Amino acid sequence: MAKALLVAGREMKAYLSTWMGYVICAAALFIEGLLFNAYAVGAQPKGSAEVLADYFYFASGIAMVAGVFLAMRLLAEEKQNGTIVLFYTSPITERQLIYGKFLSAFGFMMIIQLLSLYMPGLIFMVGKVSLGHLAAGYLMLALIGASAISIALFASAISPNQLVAGVTGALFVVTLLVLWMVADVVSPPFKELFGYLAIHNRHFMPFSQGIVHTRDVVYYGSVIFFFLECSVRALEARRWQG
Amino acid sequence: MIVVEGLSKSYGGRRAIDGVSFTIAEGEIVGLLGLNGAGKSTILKILGCFLLPSSGTARVGGYSVESDPQSIRRLIGYLPDVPPLYDEMTVDSYLKYVARLKNVARADVVRSVSAAKEKTNLDDVGSSKISELSHGFRQRVGIAQALVHNPKVIILDEPINGLDPVQIVEMRDLILSLRGHHTVVLSSHILSEITKTCDRVLVVDHGRLVAEGSEVDLQSRMVANMRLSLDVSQVPAGFADRLKGIDGVAAVQYVPGQGIERFYVETSRDVRAQVASLTVNSGAGLLGLSRGEAGLEGLFMKLIKPVEERAHG
Repeated sequence: MAKALLVAGREMKAYLSTWMGYVICAAALFIEGLLFNAYAVGAQPKGSAEVLADYFYFASGIAMVAGVFLAMRLLAEEKQNGTIVLFYTSPITERQLIYGKFLSAFGFMMIIQLLSLYMPGLIFMVGKVSLGHLAAGYLMLALIGASAISIALFASAISPNQLVAGVTGALFVVTLLVLWMVADVVSPPFKELFGYLAIHNRHFMPFSQGIVHTRDVVYYGSVIFFFLECSVRALEARRWQG
Repeated sequence: MIVVEGLSKSYGGRRAIDGVSFTIAEGEIVGLLGLNGAGKSTILKILGCFLLPSSGTARVGGYSVESDPQSIRRLIGYLPDVPPLYDEMTVDSYLKYVARLKNVARADVVRSVSAAKEKTNLDDVGSSKISELSHGFRQRVGIAQALVHNPKVIILDEPINGLDPVQIVEMRDLILSLRGHHTVVLSSHILSEITKTCDRVLVVDHGRLVAEGSEVDLQSRMVANMRLSLDVSQVPAGFADRLKGIDGVAAVQYVPGQGIERFYVETSRDVRAQVASLTVNSGAGLLGLSRGEAGLEGLFMKLIKPVEERAHG
C-alpha cells in the first residue's frame, strides 16, 4: 500500500505541476458551468430536485470524459518517455503500480468534483434539496468517474502512446455507455445482459434521483475492479513480450 | 553474482539472443560489446527482470529472473539507454522518489540521495528541474537513480551514448569509482571505452557470445589467430611452400604483383620472426611484414565477420 501511495503522490504532483491537470480541471468545470445554466437551470421553472437530477445527468458525462483524459496518460506516457523502465526494474509489483496510478487520477477527479460543489450549492441557496440526494449524486459521480478512469487506465496499459490510449479508452467507455440501446433491440438473454452491463442508463438513474441501490454500487465496484485487474495482467504480460 | 546459461530470447520469429552463457563474479566490471542490434540490451533487460527469456536461465545474486524478479529488483540498479527521468521534477525530489521506490527507509532517504549525488557530481544541481539539465547531467541523474539504494549489481545500458568527450571521461571515472563496491555490467558498441573501464569483455554478435575475456586475453587471442601480410621482391621458386613449412602456419595465399609480390600467411601463433628470417635467408627482398588487422578493433571485426558471412550466405 505504501508503494501505491508513493506512486499516487508523485502522479498527483505531476497533475498539479504540469498544464495537463489544470486544463482538464478547468475544461470540466467550464463545461459543467455552461450546462448547469443552460440545461439544468434552463429557462423554464423547475423544482430544485429536478434541477439537481439534471445537473447530475450531464455531470456524469463530464466525469466520464474527464476520467478518460486523466487516465489515458498514466501508463502510455511512461512508455513513451521510457520512464516505465523505472517500475519494471524496481521492487514494486504491477498491482501496486496500477492501484497507485488509479488512486492519483481518482484523487484528482475528486478535486474536480469538490470544486463543482458550488453549483448544487446555488440550488440550496434558491431552493430546497435533501443532503441525501446530493450525497447520492456525488457518490454516483465518484463511481462513474472511477469506472471511466479504470477503463482508460487499462487502455493506457495496452497502448503504446497517449493518443491510442485515449481513443481506445473512449471506445470502451462509449461501448459500455450505449449498451442499453443495444439491449433495446436484442432478444433475451442478451437484452438483460447488455442492459445490466450498460454503464450509465439503468445504474445511473436511481443515483440521480437520490436513491442508492447496493446492486448499482456493486456494479460500479465490479467494473472498477475488473479493469484494474485487467491492467495488472496486461503489465504482467509485457515481460513475455516477444 | 550473475550466472547465465543457454539464454535465448525471440521477438516474434527473430532471435535476439541465442544460447548465451556467462558468469560474472561479485565486484567485477564486465562490458557487453557488440554492434547495434547485437542483443546486448536484450541480455541486460532480462538481467533487469524487464523481460523474460524464451529459454535458458539467468540468476542474479542466486535469484532466478523468472521465479523471483522482486528479489532481484532489490539487488539491482538499472540505467536503460534512455534515462528514466521525469522532466517536471527537480533532481532532489526525483532521487528521493526513486529511493523510496527502491525500498530505502524513509529515515535514510536524505543520506542516500546525498551519497548518490556526491558520487555522480550532482551536488550543484539538486534543486534544478530535470528538464533544464544538459544531456550529460541527465545521464548522471540516470546513474544516480541506479545507485541511490546502494545496489549490489549495477546494470548500465550504453552509459556513454551521446556524451561529448569530456563527459565520456567523467563517465569513465564514475564507472571506475564503482569498482570494488558494486558488480557492474555495462554495454557499449565502443570498444575503446569498454576496455578502459571493464575487467572483462563479452563480445556479442547476432545474439551469440563470440568471445569472452580481459583485454589481454583478447589481444593474445588475436595474436594466436593472426593473418600476416608479407611483401617481397625477387621471390625464389618454392617460396610459398617454404612458408607453409613454418610450424604454426595454416595457409598461405599468394597475390601476384609487378615487382612486389604479396603473401597472406594465416597462422595459429606469432611467427613473424620466422617468416622474416626465412624471407631474408631465401634471398628474397623483404619489403614489408605486418599483421592483417591492428588492435582490438581488428579482433572485433574478425570475431563478428564469420557470423555476418553466415547470415548473408
